[in-house]
Amino acid sequence: MSPIVKLNKVSKSFGSLNVLQGVSFDVAQGSVVAIIGRSGSGKSTALRCMNGLEKINGGEITVCNHHLHQNVTKAQLRALHLDVGIVFQSYNLFPHLTVGQNIMLAPKWVRKQSKAEAKDLAAEVLGKVGLAEKFDAYPEQLSGGQQQRVAIARSLAMQPKLMLFDEVTSALDPELTGEVLKVMENLAKDGMTMVLVTHEMAFAKGVGDKVIFMHQGKVWEEGDGEILSAPQTPELRQFVGNGL
Amino acid sequence: MTYTFDFSFLAEYWPELLSGLMQTAQLSILSIIFGFLLGTVLAVGRTADSKAVRRICAIYVEAIRNTPLLVQMFMIYFGLASIGFKLSAEFCAVLAIVINVSSYTCEIMRAGIESIKKGQLEASDCLAMSWWQRLFLIVLPPATERVYPALVSQFILIMLATSLVSQISAEELTSTAVRIDSMTFRSFEIYTVIAVIYIALAFVFRIGFWALSQLVFPRLRRLGTPL
Amino acid sequence: MLTSFQIQALLVAALWTAGLSLIAFSLGGAVGLLIAVMRVSANRVLRAISFTYIQIVQGTPLLVQMMLAFFGLSILGFSIEPFTAASAAMVIYSSAYFGEIWRGGILAVPKTQWEAAECLALHPFQRFWLIIVPQGLRISTPPTVGFMVQIVKNTSLASVIGVAELTYTSKLINNSTFQPFTVFSLVAVLYFCMCYPLAWWSRKLEDKLNVAHR
Ligand SMILES: Nc1ncnc2c1ncn2[C@@H]1O[C@H](COP(=O)(O)OP(=O)(O)OP(=O)(O)O)[C@@H](O)[C@H]1O
Ligand SMILES: [Mg+2]
Repeated sequence: MSPIVKLNKVSKSFGSLNVLQGVSFDVAQGSVVAIIGRSGSGKSTALRCMNGLEKINGGEITVCNHHLHQNVTKAQLRALHLDVGIVFQSYNLFPHLTVGQNIMLAPKWVRKQSKAEAKDLAAEVLGKVGLAEKFDAYPEQLSGGQQQRVAIARSLAMQPKLMLFDEVTSALDPELTGEVLKVMENLAKDGMTMVLVTHEMAFAKGVGDKVIFMHQGKVWEEGDGEILSAPQTPELRQFVGNGL
Repeated sequence: MTYTFDFSFLAEYWPELLSGLMQTAQLSILSIIFGFLLGTVLAVGRTADSKAVRRICAIYVEAIRNTPLLVQMFMIYFGLASIGFKLSAEFCAVLAIVINVSSYTCEIMRAGIESIKKGQLEASDCLAMSWWQRLFLIVLPPATERVYPALVSQFILIMLATSLVSQISAEELTSTAVRIDSMTFRSFEIYTVIAVIYIALAFVFRIGFWALSQLVFPRLRRLGTPL
Repeated sequence: MLTSFQIQALLVAALWTAGLSLIAFSLGGAVGLLIAVMRVSANRVLRAISFTYIQIVQGTPLLVQMMLAFFGLSILGFSIEPFTAASAAMVIYSSAYFGEIWRGGILAVPKTQWEAAECLALHPFQRFWLIIVPQGLRISTPPTVGFMVQIVKNTSLASVIGVAELTYTSKLINNSTFQPFTVFSLVAVLYFCMCYPLAWWSRKLEDKLNVAHR
């Protein structure tokens, strides 16, 4: 089966700063890929490029049969966003809408579902993240972990083929981190294809089918979870040593 | 000081004052609605991607905000008449006030729009929303809620400024007072009376805008906290 | 087109507009400071008086205030001098807004400054006038300068009681020439030249203050 995501020699720079320097990797259908690496190594940038939030300067990205290149159009990006969900570190829930409205918004306006359909769907995905009873609450009434789970549910409601997660637990304390990771683990079990940037080494090793270590804008090392136990490069060895 | 105050003319003229009050309220509400709509369009223009659009909106706003409403009103009323447009004084009045209030609303709404974090925009893009959906569902509602108090203050000022339309002989509270003054010569008394009416109307407007906020901002109604 | 005499008349009228504005800035500012201090005073009566004053002034149109000043002064036995009446109205009007702006500034002075002032063993009076008020006024310079734009524009209302400032003069000229676009555009430009520098300055001050607070 051909990979659902394919990055081929992707480069990206902000001004004179070359953040990605020829990044290539694949994501197989139904797999979980964890991207790890030092702060500033370009993990978030790689993820954002995969979703078209940053335009790439060179190379090629294919995501769910959408091709991203330098001159990608707005319409192409919209089509991509119908297939790919993303969850941010800072939740980015819409503060003026209730949890239910946050989730129903895109299905109703973008997918043109009826109100009843959208409501059933919202109830279903909220159940999946264990927050069925928070349908009518406003984001600010929820804990950070609950807000992050709502953000995951909001993405799920678009029934994406691929989900991207950018350090979704780094703003949370350990207890709340656990409840969010649990939700992501269940998603993985359900067969969702996921790419996640994370600092949770144990999670990367346990749930990741593939682990990618990024360093200085390059894929420095890649393999299954075992590369964390037996690093090949001194950089990863040092990173793991500090991290664990 | 031997002046004796005499408010007895009120017995005869109160129905006129009442209808003047109604005209002022009507004029104010019309101007506020259209001024808000135009001002919001301008604010979106002020924050647009296109530099040319931003420039044009900025020039409009600066030109309007740095010249007096009275002069704008004369320009529209006498100016349009001089090139053959015979428009009613009331229409010219609303037009001038709408143009004026739109420039203030623009600056207030712009602050609201700029207060929306980039993450909100990215989140809506990633949910595959169109530009219009993003504007109307994600940007404008919280932007308006955030600057609502400033908008209300501006709208009260505009209600008071409708008194200027008496200068182009449009009918409202102040022009009614001018007319009653010319018939009764109780100048100080009549202007005191309408001053009190304006204070009351400002109070009623404040209550009205509070009620409106409860209606259109469900989050505010439920939680009562600023966004 | 306008004759040179008419243009000269407009320029003289602009001086009256500027003069009236200056009176409103200075006297209105003085009264406004008093109002602001009363608003933050510990004395309930002073607070109530200043609050009511602001509510009344901000609840009525300046046009009506002009009329009341004009006819009120004559009731008090002064001869009806339009410029005096307009000055009185402008001072009352601007003092209420200055009072409200500066109250905000004084209240925005950080609590630590009050405490620091207390530690310096200054007399409460010195504390307030030497430490708090100057800082409060500095915080509120951008809105203060911004309000000056409103003052300049609102002197146009003095025309309704017959002060020969810009707007009044332009109306007279329009009545005789009937070239409304020419006349009022020219006047608008004159107002713009007086207001825009103030608006620009206010924005600069605001930017500077924002940078300092970041
Ligand atoms: N919009 C931007 N403009 C300029 N520079 C940027 C921008 N976004 C990221 N960078 C820079 O690119 C580099 C890589 O950033 P990136 O966010 O991808 O790192 P990261 O690996 O996600 O780090 P972290 O673990 O801290 O999130 C950093 O040096 C960062 O300062
Ligand atoms: Mg990052």
